[in-house]
Amino acid sequence: MTIPQLSLFLENKPGHLNAICRTLAEAQINIVTLSMADTDQFGILRLIISEWEKAQKVLVEKGFVVNVSNVVATEVEDRPGGMAEILDVLESNSINIEYMYAFTFRRGNSAVLVFRFDDTDKAVAALQAAGKNVIGQVELFEGID
Amino acid sequence: MQYEHWNDANSPLHPASAPDFLPDAQRRALQLHRLQRVVKRAYDNVELFRSRMDQKGVKTADIRELKDSAMLPFTVKTDLRDTYPFGLFASKLPDVVRLHASSGTTGKPIVVAYTRGDMEVWTSVMIRTFAACGVRSGDIVQNAYGYGLFTGGLGAHYGAEALGATVIPISGGNSERQIMVMKDFGSTVICATPSYFLHLIEQAAAMGISMQELPIRAGIFGAEPWTEEMRSRIQAESGIQAYDIYGLSEIIGPGVASECSAQCGLHIFEDHFYPEIIDPDTLEVLPDGATGELVLTTLSKEAMPMIRYRTRDITRFITEPCSCGRTIRRIQRVAARSDDMLIIRGVNVFPSQIEEALLRVEGTLPHYQIILTREHDLDQVEVQVEVTSEVFSDRVKAMEDLRKQLGNAIATIIGIRAKVTLVEPLTIQRSQGKAKRVIDNRNK
Amino acid sequence: MPDSSSTPAVENRFFDRPAETMATAELRQLQTARLRTLVERVAHVPFYREKFAADGISAAMIKSPDDLRRLPFTTKADLRENYPLGFLAVSRDAVIRYHGSSGTTGKPTFVAYTRADLDMWAGLCARFLVAGGLRPNHVCQIAFGYGLFTGGFGLHYGIEKVGAAIIPAAGGQTQRQLMLMEDLQTEVLICTPSYALHLAEVLQEGGIDRSKLALRYAHFGGEPWTDDMRQRIENDLQITCFNNYGLSEVIGPGVSGECAWRNGMHIQEDHFMVECLDPQTLEPVPDGEPGELVFTALTKQAFPLIRYRTRDIACIDRTPCPCGRTTARMSRVTGRTDDMLIIRGVNVFPSQVEEALLRVEGTEPHYLIEIDRPGTLDQVTVKVEVRSSDLSDQMSSMQKLRQRIAREIHAVTGINMTVHLVEPKSLERFTGKAKRVIDNRKL
Repeated sequence: MTIPQLSLFLENKPGHLNAICRTLAEAQINIVTLSMADTDQFGILRLIISEWEKAQKVLVEKGFVVNVSNVVATEVEDRPGGMAEILDVLESNSINIEYMYAFTFRRGNSAVLVFRFDDTDKAVAALQAAGKNVIGQVELFEGID
Repeated sequence: MQYEHWNDANSPLHPASAPDFLPDAQRRALQLHRLQRVVKRAYDNVELFRSRMDQKGVKTADIRELKDSAMLPFTVKTDLRDTYPFGLFASKLPDVVRLHASSGTTGKPIVVAYTRGDMEVWTSVMIRTFAACGVRSGDIVQNAYGYGLFTGGLGAHYGAEALGATVIPISGGNSERQIMVMKDFGSTVICATPSYFLHLIEQAAAMGISMQELPIRAGIFGAEPWTEEMRSRIQAESGIQAYDIYGLSEIIGPGVASECSAQCGLHIFEDHFYPEIIDPDTLEVLPDGATGELVLTTLSKEAMPMIRYRTRDITRFITEPCSCGRTIRRIQRVAARSDDMLIIRGVNVFPSQIEEALLRVEGTLPHYQIILTREHDLDQVEVQVEVTSEVFSDRVKAMEDLRKQLGNAIATIIGIRAKVTLVEPLTIQRSQGKAKRVIDNRNK
Repeated sequence: MPDSSSTPAVENRFFDRPAETMATAELRQLQTARLRTLVERVAHVPFYREKFAADGISAAMIKSPDDLRRLPFTTKADLRENYPLGFLAVSRDAVIRYHGSSGTTGKPTFVAYTRADLDMWAGLCARFLVAGGLRPNHVCQIAFGYGLFTGGFGLHYGIEKVGAAIIPAAGGQTQRQLMLMEDLQTEVLICTPSYALHLAEVLQEGGIDRSKLALRYAHFGGEPWTDDMRQRIENDLQITCFNNYGLSEVIGPGVSGECAWRNGMHIQEDHFMVECLDPQTLEPVPDGEPGELVFTALTKQAFPLIRYRTRDIACIDRTPCPCGRTTARMSRVTGRTDDMLIIRGVNVFPSQVEEALLRVEGTEPHYLIEIDRPGTLDQVTVKVEVRSSDLSDQMSSMQKLRQRIAREIHAVTGINMTVHLVEPKSLERFTGKAKRVIDNRKL
């Protein structure tokens, strides 16, 4: 129950992010969500895309370094304490979060948290055991399109 | 010029300088005697020299006159790497009293060794260096060469001390303290790389101190190539006399050659280091006056004799006699090299060393580029490394770690901290399939 | 006193046997004569001239070593006030070397040496090096910084005097240090004990197999350390460690050093007279009691200081040593009168905290003490690195470790301190003297 995420290495220079977006637009590829982690020197762009294989192919052809990693997407109710419940599950199971970001889901009144764990399988098992909705590829991308 | 006493600055009559003034015939006889002795020592004790001489069919007895040196095999820098660490030692370890190291062409340094006798020779040629530059007992020598494995610091230290000057072993760095000491102690002589001294002039000005008004009067500059323009600038801005000295660890360290008061070419201390100029392509010995690669044979080294060591430095003999009266020959200031060695803050760096560092961290060699700049007269090194999918991670920490690891590996190998910049693939310019490895913007 | 079974390599060798085994009566005579000349030699130094005039002191008054007590003290502040060279006792022409001490505050202080001083200094370093096993065929790696600091040069010239080989590696570049150590088969390591710990750490992180090193023993100085730290280094690096002591104001390293018995550092009493005083009353403390060490350099030409207050706390031991040296020994320095922390009225030394930490399994001897005074009460926080192998994600076991450390610190110092566990290698490392205390109190 994981989602493929593309990550790209970017220099902190004007126009570099745009070049990626243009490449995807030209290939008619839609971005579900993205997150950017940056340092003073470089940035790492993380993309969630339904047609991720095609996206990877066009980006690699353009010379970008593109890695695929598996992230976990969890639905969280849009109310106070919704996120805390999920974090509680992770903490009580001693699961380390590498990074996370969030976006809103068009379906109903919920948001999606995207997590990168060092031990993905353990995290998925713990979340599911606690009754949290771990979203798979199909559900996520269908909910979008 | 008339001098009251040998101890007057710039008097050529310092007792230690006597060998600088030997009549040609006497010097040649001494050189030949020492050449025969060192060739025998190298042949008897060092496997590499013995096998190379045997291969060429040269016997020690074949060296009958100085020009017979042309029969001897060359030694090159990679020989030091291939025989690392002890392979070129001609003395037993208990007779070694000092070991120095400098950068090799790859990750392992080259190691050089000295017996007590070698230390005495080294000290004596450094006394002659200082004496030729007009330094005398009573002078206060601020030694801003780095101390440690680098031969510059301790070489200058021992020479100045044996000369009878006062040594302030301040070592490199901490420019503000350098100026404070120069002022408070009234240093009269400074030893440094010329670019560092330019930086100190700037630092003094920033502290509201004019070097012109301080007692400092001479600079003994080496360890990196510099130009007549730099000399003019240093002399005009600081009011000191700037002298060029030359040396390399493989031969002994500083003390191979030095300018004199004439500031016109460097006198080689030929009684200890026999010089030849060769064509770097044909390897033929060139006639006096022709420009080529300097080749040196150590005539008196015990622990690690070098036979016809190819310095890769391009120069020529100056054939006219020097106005100072020294009979030992002069070479022109070294301005170029016949290999890709870079000199950064006085440290020798080969692009292959940086490659080794990158390789060590990443497993395969990424595309990279070395960019040299000079900020406030200090050399800065940036190494740009293209990110490949093998090392790329979506985690910031992993990428920062990679950058740190690359920086540490480079520092470990070359001894200098470089700024590592990760760049996107295909951003480093390729020319004919091979990237231009070094961009040197220092003298722009 | 160790018996010979626990000190396997005891060899009673000497660099200068007559000087090191002089009979007490003879030593006292020599000290008297040298002290008298010293008073004459410094009589023209403005600082001493004034003090001597005020107290009516003359060389003729010196009739026994005990007359030292009539002479004035010299302090670090006196050196600062006479910056740079007010204490110079010879003409500047006779000086061939200057060194400086690292002034942590304000201008550094400088010291000067004549050629004879340098020769004497090298000989004194040779004495403790030979006492600790150095032989001419050994290979030594000096991982002390060179430069104005006296540590590097003192040992360098001392080793040269003995005739052993020197690798002048200087400080830092730990990977390269280890590579040279392996490739050149270094037998003797010269550095600060905290740098040795760092070397051990890097060694254990991998890369180099200990069995490929020829390292056998080490001479440490330049900062105070503890016996527990010695054991730690000896275990981790599998070497024998010798302690030596000195300070640039007195000469640099070479004031005292351990012999093979390692039961205190032999003071080179023919060149330095030692006193151990109560820092408040300035009266001598009995042998074996801690007090501030005060040294008088009897033979230095360029920069002889009389009764220099070192601020170092140690004990003096005059019982005979089995090695045959007749000189007094000093204990390791257990603290400094100026880094003695007075916390809620109690005297505490950082070394005590270190001692407590070394008693607790699972901690590293890397720590930082922070003192604050939010209201009127001093609050002390100790940050301690956890050994990576013992790093546990179980909150409860970390909690236990914290309590255990706090208990040990309380047992040693009598003070309750808050303990913060930090990640391995997160505290700053020092290649020279370590800075272990941050005092935020406005005292």
